[in-house]
Amino acid sequence: MYQQPRFRLGGDRALYIEVGDAISPEVNRRVKGLLDAIDKAAIEGVEALSPTYRSILVYYDPLKIPLEELKQRLSDLGLALPDASSSEASIFEIPTLYGGEFGPDLDFVASHTGLSPEEVIRIHAGTDYLVYMVGFNPGFPYLGGMSEKIAAPRLETPRVKIPAGSVGIAEAQTGIYPLESPGGWRLIGRSPLKMFDPSRDPPALVEAGDLVRFVSIDEARYQEIQGEVEAGRYRVTIHRAA
Amino acid sequence: MGVIEVVEPGVLTTVQDLGRHGYLRLGVPASGAMDLFALRAANILAGNPEGEACLEITVLGPRLQFLSDALIVLTGADLAPELDDDPVPMWEAVAAYRGSTLSFQGPREGSRSYLAVAGGFDVPVVMGSKSTYAKAGLGGFKGRSLRAGDTLLTPLPTPPLHLAGRRTPRGLIPHYGHQHALRVITGPQDDAFTDTGIEAFLSSSYTITAQSDRMGYRLEGPKIAHKVGPDIISDGIPFGGVQVAGDGQPIVLMADRGTSGGYTMIATVISADLSDLAQGMPGDRVSFKSVSIEQAHEALRQQEATLSRLKELLAAPIVSRQFRIRVEGDVYDISVEMTSMPSTGDGPRASASGRVRLVSESGETRSYGVDVEAGDEVEGHEPER
Repeated sequence: MYQQPRFRLGGDRALYIEVGDAISPEVNRRVKGLLDAIDKAAIEGVEALSPTYRSILVYYDPLKIPLEELKQRLSDLGLALPDASSSEASIFEIPTLYGGEFGPDLDFVASHTGLSPEEVIRIHAGTDYLVYMVGFNPGFPYLGGMSEKIAAPRLETPRVKIPAGSVGIAEAQTGIYPLESPGGWRLIGRSPLKMFDPSRDPPALVEAGDLVRFVSIDEARYQEIQGEVEAGRYRVTIHRAA
Repeated sequence: MGVIEVVEPGVLTTVQDLGRHGYLRLGVPASGAMDLFALRAANILAGNPEGEACLEITVLGPRLQFLSDALIVLTGADLAPELDDDPVPMWEAVAAYRGSTLSFQGPREGSRSYLAVAGGFDVPVVMGSKSTYAKAGLGGFKGRSLRAGDTLLTPLPTPPLHLAGRRTPRGLIPHYGHQHALRVITGPQDDAFTDTGIEAFLSSSYTITAQSDRMGYRLEGPKIAHKVGPDIISDGIPFGGVQVAGDGQPIVLMADRGTSGGYTMIATVISADLSDLAQGMPGDRVSFKSVSIEQAHEALRQQEATLSRLKELLAAPIVSRQFRIRVEGDVYDISVEMTSMPSTGDGPRASASGRVRLVSESGETRSYGVDVEAGDEVEGHEPER
């Protein structure tokens, strides 16, 4: 974490504000706090915000706000931030059917790590993961906090088509594919939830700062939830983090 | 309600506007027109709000049939458009009558043409934009590029055909070559490259490869060396960001770029030069020159002034005169329609722009575009096609 936010130019219409140079919950909370503050300040000339692990890319119109003034406003907001020690994060339960055709790489991950498939599931579903950022594809959450015990390398040749809702592992990261897409992560399960739905507002189920908890379900429950999701009746279980 | 039927879709024709900027934090790419200047100019000429959706037409254009009258404007790349068999002037409002067919013979200059229709296209606004992001099936016409048999609707009951003939003065029309001298702001990660690497980037010429699309332009040329490695903690990516991965080759990230990426960016192309790059195609050469942020903002200001000038010109009253002349026994009806603009301080000189139509007794019509600026020696242009 930097004492003072640092700036970098992203061309003539975008400015990076960096709060640190690490992937850590503290740095990320600071990003989230700053994002909320910039949103709230509604600075004339600021057009869009793109937050990541440790920075925010601020798109602006230099004909409406001079660069130096923008930097000053952002610095002031950074200094005024309260210490983000307390978090009011929400924990989203993601029901997941592990293994079988829904998680074709579960057995690989098990043999790679020397664990049984059941142990892999127990470890994967036994952690609350922080959504550091949403990116790469619409609604794709970058989750932090996975146990190194179940880390596994990416596929050498990525799959051409991965179904939406697939839960995967790549090295020490885990994530959920929000849309059908190509990808190289090891797939260990699938969730019937729609992580991203353009007709919903907000369209993404989780955003940066939220926590995600995978809950192991069987195939009958998967079908049941899928039906409820399709009918628009499913309510996602959300806990308040302690 | 106007109706346009897609007879042939062309190689890649999508609905685009200024882009979708409110959902970057949810990983939704901005998309939008590659050449925003051309899109905005097309809308201004069509009498639309500047940010209305247009068709972005790539290299090999579609074949579109108008099932009702429409006022259309084509800007950006000249892909040799024809209405039925008549050439269509670029950067000018044109009446497309019911039953006529718009087609494209192939690229003459540039690679992306923008078709505006007065009243805009009636497609749903998804997350604040009509732009198509085909990779995720978002926005535009059913989330994809056009296909044969698609029907596009325009919401205007009667098109403003009286606006036909509104044109862009020659001096305001950009031209696109095969050499793209792009100005850049160095950074955000120029400190991750060796001096030799930066020197290579700024002094060499790179070729646009075939692996170039709306997402980014992959370039090929002298290797750009990193000090340590190409990886950073994933950051947001601006339009025009020049990413250099481990192979040392630059990729300029364009409209459909992902919201974040984990490779170092050596520089960012300035906004005012993105249109020129958007009109580039595989095989073209690209070079980069470092400028200051002040120079970049001045260039942007000039580009905005060009669009303002176009708007003022179109808002100015049209002076119309009719003449009948006799040349060697033949009678011609001549109509002159001009708008004139006073000079603006140290800005552009006073100018007039318009069109002269010559109709012979047999009904043969010839049309000439005319632009004059104060101090010009006046001479006739060749007839426009």
